[in-house]
Amino acid sequence: MFKALPDLLQAALLTLEVAALSMILGVLIGLGLSLIRIHMKGPLMWLATVWVELARNTPALLQLFFFGFGLGAFGIHFSPYVIVLMGLTFNNAGYLAENFRGGFGAVPDTQIRAARSLGMTAFQTYTRIIIPQVLRIVYYPMTNQMVWAVLMSSLGMLVGFRELSGETQFFASRTFRIFEYFAVTAVIYYIIVKIILVISRLLAMRLFRY
Amino acid sequence: MQPTETFFSGFTSNDLWFLGEAALRTLWISLLAISCGSLIGTIFGWMLSVSRIGHYALAPVLDIFRSVPLIIQLVLFYNFAPMIGLRLDAFGAGLIVLILYTSANVAYVARGGIEAVSQSMRRAARSLGMTYWQDMRYVVWPIGLRAVFPAWVGVALGVMKDSALVSVLGYIELLKASQILITRTQETILILAIAGAFYFALSYPISLFASRLEERWHQ
Amino acid sequence: MIEIRGLHKSFGDLQVLKGIDLNVENGEVLSIIGASGSGKSTLLYCINGLEPIQQGQVLVDDIDVHAGATDLNTVRQNLGMVFQQWNSFPHLTVLENVALAPRIVRKFSKADALEIAEKQLRHVGLGDKLTNYPSALSGGQQQRLAIARALAMEPNYMLFDEATSALDPELVGEVLDTMQLLAEEGMTMICVTHEMGFAREVSDRVAFFHQGVIDEINPPEELFTAPKSEHLQKFLAKVK
Repeated sequence: MFKALPDLLQAALLTLEVAALSMILGVLIGLGLSLIRIHMKGPLMWLATVWVELARNTPALLQLFFFGFGLGAFGIHFSPYVIVLMGLTFNNAGYLAENFRGGFGAVPDTQIRAARSLGMTAFQTYTRIIIPQVLRIVYYPMTNQMVWAVLMSSLGMLVGFRELSGETQFFASRTFRIFEYFAVTAVIYYIIVKIILVISRLLAMRLFRY
Repeated sequence: MQPTETFFSGFTSNDLWFLGEAALRTLWISLLAISCGSLIGTIFGWMLSVSRIGHYALAPVLDIFRSVPLIIQLVLFYNFAPMIGLRLDAFGAGLIVLILYTSANVAYVARGGIEAVSQSMRRAARSLGMTYWQDMRYVVWPIGLRAVFPAWVGVALGVMKDSALVSVLGYIELLKASQILITRTQETILILAIAGAFYFALSYPISLFASRLEERWHQ
Repeated sequence: MIEIRGLHKSFGDLQVLKGIDLNVENGEVLSIIGASGSGKSTLLYCINGLEPIQQGQVLVDDIDVHAGATDLNTVRQNLGMVFQQWNSFPHLTVLENVALAPRIVRKFSKADALEIAEKQLRHVGLGDKLTNYPSALSGGQQQRLAIARALAMEPNYMLFDEATSALDPELVGEVLDTMQLLAEEGMTMICVTHEMGFAREVSDRVAFFHQGVIDEINPPEELFTAPKSEHLQKFLAKVK
């Protein structure tokens, strides 16, 4: 079984890669969605709301199936990697958008007034005053979402994606040593999550020194 | 042309009924897991908050359930149970894992609720002569509950959605039922949309209700 | 009577009370003044056992508060405490706030508890606010609610921990008036306060705390007009 370990660890890197990518994309899209929901009205705002509420109120697995089998029914086929990436990004964007919206709402208007009365432009106000404060508020939820993304990537195993869980399934089904392989994988996930949390805490100490 | 026509058949109202039953099974396993898990989780949350030892002993164990993907936990437990002499079907194994998973998450929510009540408030209660448990029951519980109710609803709804994963053990809840129907009818989008609508109809009103309640309590 | 003998109290390495000897007779109103951090509030918490002590004794009606065998919950029924942050229970109405402890601690019937609660609320002037929630009340009203809540337990002693310090200036008067009313009714009171006017006019004695000890203790006429201690003179010069 230990011969399989390098393959498992390799697959774990794939897990991290897809999770990280989906987070980056999710943050960008989520930020956009939240700003649309705060500042705009009309069909665009409605679309953003639909995205967010669908992502948050249906199972991640269902969303993954949509991108995999759903699109497949239209003849659009993607590699398992891309399917998982799309599914995770869709989900992440929805949850993060809601986190950001709460974050923006938690910064008092008086901050904007103070900045503008000092002569800052809207852009300066946003980038130097508002966003740093929002970042502080949403930092912990964002860390949680990253952990979530890593854990959710395991669903890839159900659409044929050979990330950590998929790779484990591959070995386990070939050797019928299901318990042992999955136990090792569980430990690997636990360690990965702990490392993410530690890095996050260290990053927070450097970013939020005030 | 003949073989295809016998393999795939259209989506009928019987199938809708089939999905409906499966939705009930989703609801059933979710409600059981959420209620038992919340009860146990609240106790764990109290243990986390009451002493440092409680925290350092319990937290790493609870973190296992929060740091390992649910699907891995399900497969692991399902294969582990026979090793300790437990004969569990997909429902039983899935339920136990979901309960443990829920309790780990509720534990942290509950701890947050307890810590949300200021020491000053609790001193006021104790200075009136209340015992520790009276303070807990009449002061900490109502105030803490209001403070973390939205978070708890979030955990509960999360469990309801994650119950879809018990399908990998073979439990025919809503998502598994959808997959079965899709294989037979090839109406992928339609069925996934219906399943999605079921989940949405369960989840969205509840989370809306919770945020309305939260607004009302914050007056 | 409350007797305090040789009281020493530390938080970890920090010694906050360095030997307090004090007797408070029934019916006496004692004000405690002094700079922040001099240990005044801590003394009150040591009296009703909210804080443990390292050395010394606190006797309330001859019961040793910090003895192992003492049931603190019973002792506290006799010691009413009013905090700087009034700590009204936000999830209960004004009436329920006051009726709760009599019902669950003194085990009164619901009807009796409500009756006592209403009586004390009228006593402090909140008779028209019975069905409101604390969030609808001003700070001064919530503090009077806290006083009524403590009084409903029918304690022999009332401890006030800077009861007016967190209030807007225009609300301070109504609380001080209530405290004065209690004093005139003969309640035994220990008041940690920054309100020198109250200390001067209402107290029987004033104790000046400095760095964990009672530097000087005298009736207000002597203490304020002829302070003997140098620290006290400096303190009084600053608060004028």
